[in-house]
Amino acid sequence: MIDPRSPITKLRRNRAVLFSIFILAIVVVAAVIGPMLLPTAQVTRNSLLPPSPDHLFGTDLNGRDLFYRVVLGAQISVFVGVAGATVSFLFGTVYGLISGYSGGSTDAAMMRLVDIFYAIPRLILLLVLISALDPLIRQQMERIGVPQLVGYSKVLILVLCLGLTEWLTMARIVRGQVLSLKSQQFVLAARSIGQTHFNIIFRHLFPNLLGVVIVYLTLTVPSVILDESFLSFLGVGIQAPLASWGLLLSDATQVINPVKSYWWLLVFPALAMSLTLLALNFLGDGLRDSFDPRVKK
Amino acid sequence: MLERLLKSHLLFKITEPNLPAYRFHLKMIRFIGGRAISLIIILFCVVTATFFLIRIMPGGPFDRERKLSPNIEKQLLKKYKLDGPILDQYFNYLGDLLHGDLRLSTKYRNRSVNEILADSLPVSVTLGSIAFCIATFAGVLLGSVAAANQHGWIDRTAMFGALLAISLPSFVIGPMLVLLFAINFPLLPVGGWGDFRSLILPALTLAAPYAAYIARLTRASMLEVLSQDYIRTARAKGLNEIQVIYKHGLRVAILPVISFLGPLAANLLTGSIVVENIFNIPGAGGFFVSSVLNRDGFLLAGVVIVYCTLLVGFNLVVDILYGFLDPRILLYD
Repeated sequence: MIDPRSPITKLRRNRAVLFSIFILAIVVVAAVIGPMLLPTAQVTRNSLLPPSPDHLFGTDLNGRDLFYRVVLGAQISVFVGVAGATVSFLFGTVYGLISGYSGGSTDAAMMRLVDIFYAIPRLILLLVLISALDPLIRQQMERIGVPQLVGYSKVLILVLCLGLTEWLTMARIVRGQVLSLKSQQFVLAARSIGQTHFNIIFRHLFPNLLGVVIVYLTLTVPSVILDESFLSFLGVGIQAPLASWGLLLSDATQVINPVKSYWWLLVFPALAMSLTLLALNFLGDGLRDSFDPRVKK
Repeated sequence: MLERLLKSHLLFKITEPNLPAYRFHLKMIRFIGGRAISLIIILFCVVTATFFLIRIMPGGPFDRERKLSPNIEKQLLKKYKLDGPILDQYFNYLGDLLHGDLRLSTKYRNRSVNEILADSLPVSVTLGSIAFCIATFAGVLLGSVAAANQHGWIDRTAMFGALLAISLPSFVIGPMLVLLFAINFPLLPVGGWGDFRSLILPALTLAAPYAAYIARLTRASMLEVLSQDYIRTARAKGLNEIQVIYKHGLRVAILPVISFLGPLAANLLTGSIVVENIFNIPGAGGFFVSSVLNRDGFLLAGVVIVYCTLLVGFNLVVDILYGFLDPRILLYD
């Protein structure tokens, strides 16, 4: 039987959401298996070729095939987005759970800290954090002896820093939910049979939050991808030979000039990135409209 | 402003008739005082964190291809006050800051951070303020028009456009605008900083995503307001739709937008770093990025401190304004 008011039915009726899921599936598949399928020698001697059957998206200033670069960029951008959002999810949820569950002065102090972080512009914090921590991490990696990973130290630091600056909203939402949940009967029941606080928090409260948290996780991913591209654009994030959409766009703006416009350098990465972000935002909005009880239709 | 103050006073009298007036003033003073103290605490945290983060970075500001002789390096460290125990340096720096001295830049030799900021900050602030006005005005207008035509084609188009503008990063919108309006149809300059015309594209680029966000915010809040009883009364009185929406509805529907103005200023200031980069504008953003890349500690700290002071100060003003517009915050916060 189909209940017209159930969230799943609402979601199925939303064509924008279905289309978004379709686009995201393509992007994820391309990101995961694309770089394996394409031949690795994607460097030609011809720089700045316009799109042609040989090079679908043309080539860049160094003669690299742009299609390959965009797929590679998808891999890193999507990975950083998902991993960063996961870090923010873990941190924000645990923080919010503890804060909301403890209540009283602990809660007040923890929320004050969140307020302070809110007052500091996130991207400024990110720039300072990354420039301070990146050399440290690279040194450590070289010392431990994993030199093949050194190239990826930027990816690691980006995931960590983005995750650690994006958790604030998540913490606030989780705390709010916990505050209203913890006065309900099932928490009292759990406590009366002698459950530990740890068990109450993670086995009783946490499953009840999952719906709301997942909705906001979908909205965090595009925000992390956007921040990553911002940093790469400014030259603090991903660096060549790796690629991310922000880096590709930064390369593109460098060669724009009034004499000759190399439009393909700009259009294709921009299209890939905008479509992905648009799909993620549509999906997040759709999920929120269907699952979040606070949004009235 | 005064009228607002009086009105909030009246509302207070209605909701809390038994409290004497001085209690209201006391609450207001405590509210403003509390926010001001938190401003100082935040700034202190920011200064401390920035100072120590810069010092733990490996690689000093004077690392070059060729190693400097120990004597010269010692001299340099002394000149830039980077010698001695780290805690002494820290307290010295705090002392200098209290005197308004942001010290010397290690990259741009012989220029003080104060001079660099005095040259570049007005540019960023001008750009930011224009974008601020565009974003607020266009956002509120679009949002309320969309709400008035809920489910109509204007509403759908506006909201799709808004989601598009939120999803497109400024370094996509900016170059696209340049390709269109400066290269294909050479109407406006490609970049630079001079006459009014060179301001249009950067300001639009900077404002677009936030105009979109404000439009969504206004629409949601306006829809809620329009379902209230007093709006029905206004309509029943025979007021026309424009009066209902802009005279009666917008007054209340604008509140969430006002509480977004603080974060908006922060986003515009950081967003302008990218926009300055795209359009070659000599603002503070460029110095900020180059100070990060060049390990130019005092310039970095200077920009961070000035940015944070501006933002936290602006937030304070917005908070106080909000307190006047919606006195319940003063009373029950």
